[in-house]
Amino acid sequence: MSGKGIQIMGLRKRYGSGDTAVDALKKVDMHVAPGEVVGLIGPSGSGKTTLLKCLGAVIEPTAGKMILGDEVIYDDGWKVKDLRALRRDKIGFVFQAPYLIPFLDVTDNVALLPMLAGIPNAEARKRARELLKALDVEHRAKAMPSQLSGGEQQRVAIARGLINCPPVILADEPTAPLDSERALAVIRILNDMAKKLETAIIVVTHDEKIIPTFRRIYHIRDGVTYEEAGEGRNIE
Amino acid sequence: MISLAGRDILHSWGKFVFTGMGLGLLIGITLSMAGIYRGMVADAKVLLDNSGADLWVVQKDTLGPYAEPSSIYDDIWRGIRSIPGVAQAANVTYLTMQVSKNSGDVRVMVAGITPGGPGTPGWPPYLVAGRQITRSHYEAVADIASKLKLGERIKLRRHYYTVVGLTRRMVSSNGDPMVFIPLKDAQEEQFLKDNDAIWAQRRRTAHNPAFNRPGVPGLLDAIIASQSTNPYVNAVLVRVKKGYDPEQVAESIRRWKRLTVYTRSQMKEILVGKLIATAAKQIFMFLVILSLVSSTIVAFIIYTLTLGKIREIAVLKLIGTKNSTIIGLIMKQSIALGLIGFVVGKISATLLMAPIFPKYVLLEPSDSAIGLIAVVVICILSSIVAIRAALKVDPAEAIGG
Repeated sequence: MSGKGIQIMGLRKRYGSGDTAVDALKKVDMHVAPGEVVGLIGPSGSGKTTLLKCLGAVIEPTAGKMILGDEVIYDDGWKVKDLRALRRDKIGFVFQAPYLIPFLDVTDNVALLPMLAGIPNAEARKRARELLKALDVEHRAKAMPSQLSGGEQQRVAIARGLINCPPVILADEPTAPLDSERALAVIRILNDMAKKLETAIIVVTHDEKIIPTFRRIYHIRDGVTYEEAGEGRNIE
Repeated sequence: MISLAGRDILHSWGKFVFTGMGLGLLIGITLSMAGIYRGMVADAKVLLDNSGADLWVVQKDTLGPYAEPSSIYDDIWRGIRSIPGVAQAANVTYLTMQVSKNSGDVRVMVAGITPGGPGTPGWPPYLVAGRQITRSHYEAVADIASKLKLGERIKLRRHYYTVVGLTRRMVSSNGDPMVFIPLKDAQEEQFLKDNDAIWAQRRRTAHNPAFNRPGVPGLLDAIIASQSTNPYVNAVLVRVKKGYDPEQVAESIRRWKRLTVYTRSQMKEILVGKLIATAAKQIFMFLVILSLVSSTIVAFIIYTLTLGKIREIAVLKLIGTKNSTIIGLIMKQSIALGLIGFVVGKISATLLMAPIFPKYVLLEPSDSAIGLIAVVVICILSSIVAIRAALKVDPAEAIGG
């Protein structure tokens, strides 16, 4: 395996202290290589969301180590000063609901991230249009989010997550609101883009339709992860 | 970087414009209030300017003739005229009253002016129609705000007057239009009683043994004659010769005539600082209240708009948007709302409210500039609550769980 992608070693997260302390994550070990899409599966309360928040640099873990690409971002404490910039430049997010900005058109929703990073508007929009073309929603580039179908909105949200070519993308139940056909289409897109952009993608899901598509699956139970080989069913 | 605030406003422009219009009407009222205050000060100033006087000689220890009643003998002006530095001295009377005309009545300030011509203290300095008073009795020059017309006959107490001239911006400190009539007529209108009252007074005098003594012929007639004439005026308006200090001339008059004399600056202080002070305070309080109401409304609107975008703000924060960008988004929207409100308010104050107010509303550009700055400051302050709410949004909310 390449050293890039994302590696998580012995990650722990404890909420509270003393008698009321809760260990949400007890021992999380994961490695997702660039270009790989893995599933993260677990029942409610297993620690999926806490793990996602730790990986997304939204909350601070209690202990452990996280390496993103070649950079150690956490080693019993954050090693990165600007977590906001880390999220903007190194981590892509795809949510259960698309959460597109309702007052920006499709192109600017996607181009917003590079614009926030200081890339000129024209350059950011050019990149956005290329990505929209790759995701087959270029024809809706000027539409507002409210004018898109659910599948189109999710593809635009994926484009937004990919626009900065982050080393890792965290997808939180990205197929939950979609029917089987569209859900599989989204997974196909994630697989394609992961290979094309050399991005590691972690998909948190309960969706039985898409679980067979993963080649590797991490189960999380009571804050501990277990790796399992998936079916890797062909979705070409 | 694109303007998130601008895009949001364009996306929901209807909401912003209609909210801005509502706010604008409130700002319009606020600007009109400021305009009314300015109008009151302007009315006071125009009353002084148009009187053509440098000094006001009034009854001792009074704030007359505008702020308090003042009564002095009508021959005092001769002595004042002889004091060094006095160029002109003219009697004047002022009486605020209801004037009957063909189509109802109008409240005016009647000024009694001495014979002379334009340039004589107390006279209207210019006309917009007709001519000045040329006869000794029963002619009038009226301010056009009184709605009187040339040739119209008006009734003041017991007499009818013909309007022979119209002037403009000749108003009392209360904003009542002025009507100028000859001094003798004005003295009569001010003090002359009706026939029944005169008859009753004569009867009482005749029955008073002190006034109707046997063996003193002519006493009763002399007393009755003195009761039916009025030798008083409210003030003497004095114009000072060039090269003389008005304060020094005023001091001479005070010393030799034992009267109270006000210079222009002192009279302005009386009018602005005393006569309209209470009204000005009321208007100031209204301004403060309206500003607070406007602030509260802007704060509430912006807070509500921000709460409606909590999920988007969480997403923006999660994907790495700086706090300054989010603050800018909210603050720019707040300022934009204020600017829309200001434009609507300025237009409504100028075109709708000022013309229909019965009082003179003076909307000065400097007040508009101050108003604009105040609106921007209020909007910035009002957005603080919404900004605090936005900054408290946890980016983790976008992830859920």
